[in-house]
Amino acid sequence: MMVTQRSSDEWDRPAPVAGSYAFVVGDDPEDPGSLLEVSMGPQHPSTHGVFRMDVVLDGETVVKLKPVFGYLHRNHEKIAENISYLGSMPYTDRLDYFCSLTNNWAYALAVEKLAGISVPERAEYLRVILSELTRLQNHVCLAGFLAQDMGASGTPLMYGFREREKILDLFESLTGARMMCNYMRFGGCRCDTPPGWLDEARAVVDSFPRFLHEFENLLSSNEILMSRTQGIGVLGKDLAVGAGITGPCLRAAGVDYDIRKVDGYGIYPRFQFRVPLGEHGDTYDRYMMRILEMHESLGILKQALDGIPEGPIIDPKAKLRGFRPKAGESYGRIEAPKGELGFYLISDGSPSPYRYRVRPPSLVNLTVLEDLCVGHNVADTVIILGSIDIVLGEVDR
Amino acid sequence: METPQQIRDRIVGAVAGLQVECLPNGAPAGVPSLLVGRSCFREVAIFLRDDPQLRLDYCSNVTGVDWPERTEKFKVRRQVGEVEKDVEESRVIPGCLEVVYHLYSMSLKHGPLVIRVRTGDRSADVSVPSLTPVWRACELQEREVFDLFGVHFDGHPDLRRILMWDGFVDHPMRRDYVEPDDYDYEPTPHDHVLDRALARAKPGEAGCGSGAR
Amino acid sequence: MVLTSLQEVYNWGRKNSVWPLQFGLACCAIEMIASTMARYDMARFGSEVFRPSPRQADLMIVSGTVTKKMVPQIVRLYNQMPEPKYVIAMGACAISGGPFKQGYNVLKGIDRFIPVDVHIPGCPPRPEALIHGLMTLQKKIGLQSLTGDDRPRHARADEPSEFPIPGHGEHDLIPPRNPGIWQAPVSPRLKPAG
Repeated sequence: MMVTQRSSDEWDRPAPVAGSYAFVVGDDPEDPGSLLEVSMGPQHPSTHGVFRMDVVLDGETVVKLKPVFGYLHRNHEKIAENISYLGSMPYTDRLDYFCSLTNNWAYALAVEKLAGISVPERAEYLRVILSELTRLQNHVCLAGFLAQDMGASGTPLMYGFREREKILDLFESLTGARMMCNYMRFGGCRCDTPPGWLDEARAVVDSFPRFLHEFENLLSSNEILMSRTQGIGVLGKDLAVGAGITGPCLRAAGVDYDIRKVDGYGIYPRFQFRVPLGEHGDTYDRYMMRILEMHESLGILKQALDGIPEGPIIDPKAKLRGFRPKAGESYGRIEAPKGELGFYLISDGSPSPYRYRVRPPSLVNLTVLEDLCVGHNVADTVIILGSIDIVLGEVDR
Repeated sequence: METPQQIRDRIVGAVAGLQVECLPNGAPAGVPSLLVGRSCFREVAIFLRDDPQLRLDYCSNVTGVDWPERTEKFKVRRQVGEVEKDVEESRVIPGCLEVVYHLYSMSLKHGPLVIRVRTGDRSADVSVPSLTPVWRACELQEREVFDLFGVHFDGHPDLRRILMWDGFVDHPMRRDYVEPDDYDYEPTPHDHVLDRALARAKPGEAGCGSGAR
Repeated sequence: MVLTSLQEVYNWGRKNSVWPLQFGLACCAIEMIASTMARYDMARFGSEVFRPSPRQADLMIVSGTVTKKMVPQIVRLYNQMPEPKYVIAMGACAISGGPFKQGYNVLKGIDRFIPVDVHIPGCPPRPEALIHGLMTLQKKIGLQSLTGDDRPRHARADEPSEFPIPGHGEHDLIPPRNPGIWQAPVSPRLKPAG
């Protein structure tokens, strides 16, 4: 877009801006004017934030689709390179603002690798419990939003948020904040559980299957949901691997790759859980992946809540103030609810990282958005985007 | 998986004339990385992807690193007159931009292998071969490196700015980027911010309040 | 028999049917959604109808970090809303840039381009805080008079209801602030140089 530069004196009337809504593109020489370019977003009720898709339509069918990013680019990496290592921890909360605790863990893991810090047993258990609770509330909201994108306005989302509030109450009583928890530290966690917290967590975990059963009865075999999602946005295995898709979207395509199993970070190898895999790679499989993962998460939570030992919550040797790791680099990654969340750090021995990089699963998963949407109706792009599960705070950082 | 040094030896043994160097990593659990020459970068990437023992089919992370020109001081033992002394000398290390790729294998479930490539300098000779034709996962992340660091990727299908707007000219993640000074009033105790606000405050601009409304 | 003035009836009707624009920017948007859900239920205050179109909305809740890339769109949306219209700046980022103030792409407060009626601090504010902000706005609407010198902006013919949309320059927004709405305050702690 060309911008004419004006001084602030002559700046009193808005300059005309080239049509940002819809304008006709004469792409097809046989039938000029048959293609329509529509700019969906950045303010659009279904794009899950300030995301924009430039869509070229032939009638109702998508011919071309270009995602446009950057409307929430808030310079996380630049800020992190100018503050201390620990100072970035609250900023990681705001990356994927649904899942602040898994973001904390990925960052703590990268720093622990960089400086060679070990984590006590109880803190490892708490990390697993909190990240699986995070996965539950992320997936349940995703299913709600997905149903809302299909037109089930309200009910599934309300059910999802009702359960999410219970989990947020647990987070709040443990960390002091509903969303921005800022809980993990290098070498452990910030504070121990308040009395009775584990019992409350057990109660939430025990009541969750009843809700999940109800939710599944409501949605999973719903005729509208099935006809809107089955066969829509099929993602093939080879494309998924080559394009670096991770998380439930990858497993819906049938690729068995779960970083909890592959890397076995934290204490995940101790727990029994299965990795659900899809067969068709379509939107319905991606939806079902989330539902099945919630069942597995509940299993992990039960084992972790039974096995959590007493003990210290943070490595006493871990230094919080004046933390200066030796020069070197590390890459720590975890299986976040949306896919592989990685942190790449380069230290030059100073108190702030020389290079701080977030590998965002949401951004990389959008690589295939055009491939999934082309050939489908414009209303399906909304559902496909919803099933990829992006959060703009992480896409743009 | 083999160690990066073994992989390096195997690459150099398989195809003659490839420039691959193994760089150490100071972190306790850190793995060394491979610095690959620009001219053979895509060749090496295709080798790593297709080699049956490696099968690194998944490129996880792509990022840029800015290394401005710096002066390194070091001590050398020299004969000064009659005695041998430690003499401090310095040398200038030229600046460059670096692109780092983290590779994993989804089929064999191993990794990571870190490969990196460097540009000639930071202003004129800033192009490296794009790996998007090898791994599509690089597409958006290389665009991001282009936007924020100014590395030009040869062979990228759609090299445009991704995060900043199209008319933007700077590369904000470079170390010497100067952000626009729009801090008008900062009620914080940080000295440098106060200094900046102080420098902006002109005499006669007294009065508080949130402006005319 | 209840005697009341036209102004009170008018304001009573307006303040209990404030329809917000369905418009989320960042983290605060999730708390905004949470406050419309069953537990907090903003419907109790007449504001459950989130309108996807600015033409039908009375209230813009700026919920999250405003980046420089997003500013023109926000001002344009504000201009498209019909009068009387109100703005709530929700969260530290919308008020001042918040934790991301040091960012090169972050606007240091949305009140540099559009007038803000209620500021809600917090990162993010809890749903209760948003509801309190809404009630504060309702109080403000209830006190607005239709005639007289203190009548609000929308009742004055000479006050603008649309604001200029900034452009994207080579380094920054052009201009970086709207001097007609916002002027840099000078801190009493600072002594001007020179």
